[in-house]
Amino acid sequence: MATETAEAPEAVRPDEIKAIPVRHPGRWVATGIVLFLAVALGNSLASNSRFEWGIVRHYFTSSRILHGLVLTIELTAAAMAIGIALGVLLAVMRLSPNPLVTGASWLYIWLFRGTPVLVQILLWYNIAALYPHFSLGIPFGPTFTQFSATSVITPFVAGMLALGLNEGAYMAEIVRAGIISVPEGQTLAAQSLGMTRLMTLRRIVLPQAMRVIVPPTGNETISMLKTTSLVSVIAVTELTYSAQLIYSVNYRTIQLLIVASLWYLIVTTLLTIGQFYVERYFGRGASRELPMTPMQRLRRNIGLRHGY
Amino acid sequence: MVKAEGVHKRFGRLEVLKGISLEVEAGEVVCIIGASGSGKSTFLRCINHLEKIDAGRLWVDGELVGYRQVGDKLYELRDAEVCRDRAEIGMVFQSFNLFGNMTALENVIEAPIRVKKVPKRNAVAQAKELLQRVGLGDKIDAYPAQLSGGQQQRVAIARALAMTPKLMLFDEPTSALDPELIGEVLDVMKGLAKDFQTTMVVVTHEMGFAREAASRVLMMDEGRIIEEGTPEHFFREPREERTKQFLSKILD
Repeated sequence: MATETAEAPEAVRPDEIKAIPVRHPGRWVATGIVLFLAVALGNSLASNSRFEWGIVRHYFTSSRILHGLVLTIELTAAAMAIGIALGVLLAVMRLSPNPLVTGASWLYIWLFRGTPVLVQILLWYNIAALYPHFSLGIPFGPTFTQFSATSVITPFVAGMLALGLNEGAYMAEIVRAGIISVPEGQTLAAQSLGMTRLMTLRRIVLPQAMRVIVPPTGNETISMLKTTSLVSVIAVTELTYSAQLIYSVNYRTIQLLIVASLWYLIVTTLLTIGQFYVERYFGRGASRELPMTPMQRLRRNIGLRHGY
Repeated sequence: MVKAEGVHKRFGRLEVLKGISLEVEAGEVVCIIGASGSGKSTFLRCINHLEKIDAGRLWVDGELVGYRQVGDKLYELRDAEVCRDRAEIGMVFQSFNLFGNMTALENVIEAPIRVKKVPKRNAVAQAKELLQRVGLGDKIDAYPAQLSGGQQQRVAIARALAMTPKLMLFDEPTSALDPELIGEVLDVMKGLAKDFQTTMVVVTHEMGFAREAASRVLMMDEGRIIEEGTPEHFFREPREERTKQFLSKILD
């Protein structure tokens, strides 16, 4: 037998393997259970008349809800803008050679991360109790103009400050993680070319840190979108509070909470898509090829099916 | 071009440089060899003030590195002054350290534009010429991650040359490369030495390169220069026992 195989001509290609695949009964059972639950849920959503989908549809685009949605988005954008700017500043301070600067940053993070954001919102809302007037002028010298605190710190501004300053503490740690993820050699190379510390940070280190910074920042933004609902306690008519105001009159509590939830889901979806493209932009240079966009993937899959 | 007198450097309690004195003339190529931990890389970093020295004096092109002497008092240079001095010294690292967020071309034009304020058009023209010279004219738009180690190191050399430095420092430029890629980097360096008379201080174990391009070789051991001579001297009749031991290991 051994001689037979040795004499067989090498050019003959063996038959393609045609084996009977292993059966996976467990997968079929799991699929069945998932399908059953999905149908049951769908049936319940459709047949339970207490959902009153007509009312959900009616309020979905009502002007008060849309106004609340705009306010929620504005608040999220403003708070994240403050948070990111502050985060970069605090992270750079944390990495400074000056111990006083490092300490100040540490203290800020400790304070704002260590107290509940709800408490911070209430504190900013009531800041007039501590400082009834703000004045513009030379410290310990003459003042030029004076404002009352309640006219400057409106509920919206109080909410924006509280959320933004709180976010700064979290963003600082995210940015710091990004900065220390960039290899030391990058800084050495920049220095050896005569670039200053600031130039190195702005041109070399931060752009590469972005790859690490963007995913958790996207997370923070989505989290912020929903955290803004906390400012309902200081009567800012953002999305959740708008829904509450409506159902406190017509008692369609569930329907309005569904309306608000649907809008939060829609905005979260949009933010997730945006995050994908931002990540893709900062990922250039990090790997040999960029991840495909969903459109590219779709086009490729269709292409494959046609045998290109 | 470089002059060192009794240079000492400590890291905490560990004394890495224990009195280095040497002189490198303009146009000279000096190779520094020695086991790892002997202080060669640290000395190289001291030359462009990436490390501060603790004792002794170091001059580049007649100017004290990192300090200004007025009478018998030493003043530390300000950051901007240190940066200006560094801009005139090119450095090539063992691990290339190309800027990962930039293409080959962007890597080369970055410092001329930002530090020397060269107009972008001139910087790009010069960078293309340099990349051509190191044999990468077709890779100008590639990111570092898309290049082989040898190609990255050649871009790094072009990046350093773009600042038209009066001195080039090479810190084990081929140690992180596959054997097949070492040649292409060494060829570029030989070209620099022969065709452009660039002053170079090279920390390397490539004795073949030393023989072809170096005017002098220094052997360092435990923070001191223990032997100095022509490349031929090191091949034929090394004096110190430590040098013989070391060479027998790297020349296999």
